[in-house]
Amino acid sequence: MSLAVHNLEVVYEDVMLALRGASLSVPQDQIVAVLGANGAGKTTLLRAMTGLLDIHRGKITRGHVSLDDKKLDTRKAASVVSAGVSQVMEGRRVFAEFTVEENLRVGAHTQGSAGLKEKYDRIYEMFPVLAERRTAGAGYLSGGEQQMLAIGRAMMSEPKYLLLDEPSLGLAPKIVEQIRDLIVSINKSGTGVLLIEQNAAMALSIADHGYVMENGLTVMDAPAATLRSDADIQEFYLGGSGEETASLRDVKHYKRRKRWLS
Amino acid sequence: MNTLIQAIINGLGTGAVYALLAVSFVIIFRATGVLNFAQPGLFILGSFFCSYFAVSLGLPFYLAVVLAMAVVALISIAVERVAIRPMIGRPVFAAALVTVGLFTILLILAFRLFDAAARTVNDPWQLNRFCLVSSDTGCSIAVAHNTIARFVIAMVVLAALGWWLSRSRIGLAMRATSLDQEVALAQGIDVGRVFSLSWAIGGALAALAGILLAANGTVVQATDSLFALVALPALILGGIDSLKGAVIGGLLVGLISAVTSAYQPIYASWLGPNFENVVPYVVMILVLLVRPYGLYGTKEVQRV
Ligand SMILES: Nc1ncnc2c1ncn2[C@@H]1O[C@H](COP(=O)(O)OP(=O)(O)O)[C@@H](O)[C@H]1O
Ligand SMILES: [Mg+2]
Repeated sequence: MSLAVHNLEVVYEDVMLALRGASLSVPQDQIVAVLGANGAGKTTLLRAMTGLLDIHRGKITRGHVSLDDKKLDTRKAASVVSAGVSQVMEGRRVFAEFTVEENLRVGAHTQGSAGLKEKYDRIYEMFPVLAERRTAGAGYLSGGEQQMLAIGRAMMSEPKYLLLDEPSLGLAPKIVEQIRDLIVSINKSGTGVLLIEQNAAMALSIADHGYVMENGLTVMDAPAATLRSDADIQEFYLGGSGEETASLRDVKHYKRRKRWLS
Repeated sequence: MNTLIQAIINGLGTGAVYALLAVSFVIIFRATGVLNFAQPGLFILGSFFCSYFAVSLGLPFYLAVVLAMAVVALISIAVERVAIRPMIGRPVFAAALVTVGLFTILLILAFRLFDAAARTVNDPWQLNRFCLVSSDTGCSIAVAHNTIARFVIAMVVLAALGWWLSRSRIGLAMRATSLDQEVALAQGIDVGRVFSLSWAIGGALAALAGILLAANGTVVQATDSLFALVALPALILGGIDSLKGAVIGGLLVGLISAVTSAYQPIYASWLGPNFENVVPYVVMILVLLVRPYGLYGTKEVQRV
């Protein structure tokens, strides 16, 4: 039982090679982290897994995506959701003009209208702040509340797998902690989680397994515990160098240079 | 005074038809971001098909109306599928230009199917009217049955549509798609189906408007399709992406032109004949000067 990506190559506008061979696997009982700097191809990977490349003029040119050994990449976005794979997009993307409850209802679109009440209750139990603000316009929520709404909306379709694209982006540390705990509890209740993050400390603190992406490639693949103790990862992603645009491979040079300088 | 009341009554009748048309533009615009200039073609096909069903086939009028709306809805779906869907991602004005071409094609289709002859739709109202206020010289305020029919049918249909859009699962999906296509896709909404449905509704409303316009006891012919273009100032007036704005804009345009045609020949005859057809555009420009997004429109309208 897993959601997997096999050696995926993605091209935008027929010229821009964004993924050059990405592979990963998310077992349904795990949290899997994908780390990587800006532009590494993390969002592209997510789009490729959920049928959203089309509208960005992107195409899978090699490799495939599979859900429990069925092919997923040939499906349209709507049927990916029906198959049990939901996502929380980068930047939250709630419908600001809709109320909290309308946002949740859109999330249940593939489920029809039956049992809507129970689904709301389940989400409100998970996110009590949303219950308080159910009739408020989503545009008036704080960043943290919007992120919770985005996660709640994705959970309305009762997915087998939840994919999150940088859920901690732009949020205060306290809120990030809250989101992290929620992700853990979502996973505990039986949903596999793919967690894309630049905040490696947060992601690795809850992940079972982790991947590192660079220039469209998955360059590292190891249990989260191993990544947590890996010296380069520590230096590069856990607040060591702080220089985002450099590459993991450069870290070695960088360290050498640093030694030489001092 | 009587003249004013009479003008308002007449204005509400035609205004209701404008409202239907303006809403048909809005529904399509909100889904696909295309200002569909082919709408007048669908409008006139609506009255022609109604005439075919009601007069040529002799079906009951209301059945003919529903059938005509259904046929035009199907034509509208086909138009979107064949001509507009491939334009997604292209500049908005390119898609708008395509619809101008489509208008011509639909007009030719209308001529081919129904020849150029003027026809009636065999409506039950004809030229009947009742007298609201009578005086010794006759009737000083008369209400035509078709005025009431236009107003009531249009408002009931639009209210039902508005209610359905705000309450139903599909209506919510349509609104979500108009706000953010990618997010709608990510929630499992079949955006292509939303496009088809929006064009179907837009086509059906335009057809109904065409039928109601023709339902005045006189004849309808292909050139009447130009009537539909008067919905454009109504649309811009209300704000191009607002249903409520379209309804209010439509009624306003109806009222303004009726009142103008009642008074302008007397008090400002130097403006020339048919000035009432120009007034909606004048008002539109004035409103846009004060409120660039129309009365109810939202800022930043430009997509496909
Ligand atoms: N719609 C697009 N069209 C063309 N290039 C794109 C598009 N989206 C992303 N890219 C390019 O693909 C690469 C990977 O981007 P992305 O997947 O967004 O990375 P990440 O999410 O890791 O920051 C970048 O070089 C980016 O410029
Ligand atoms: Mg990204």
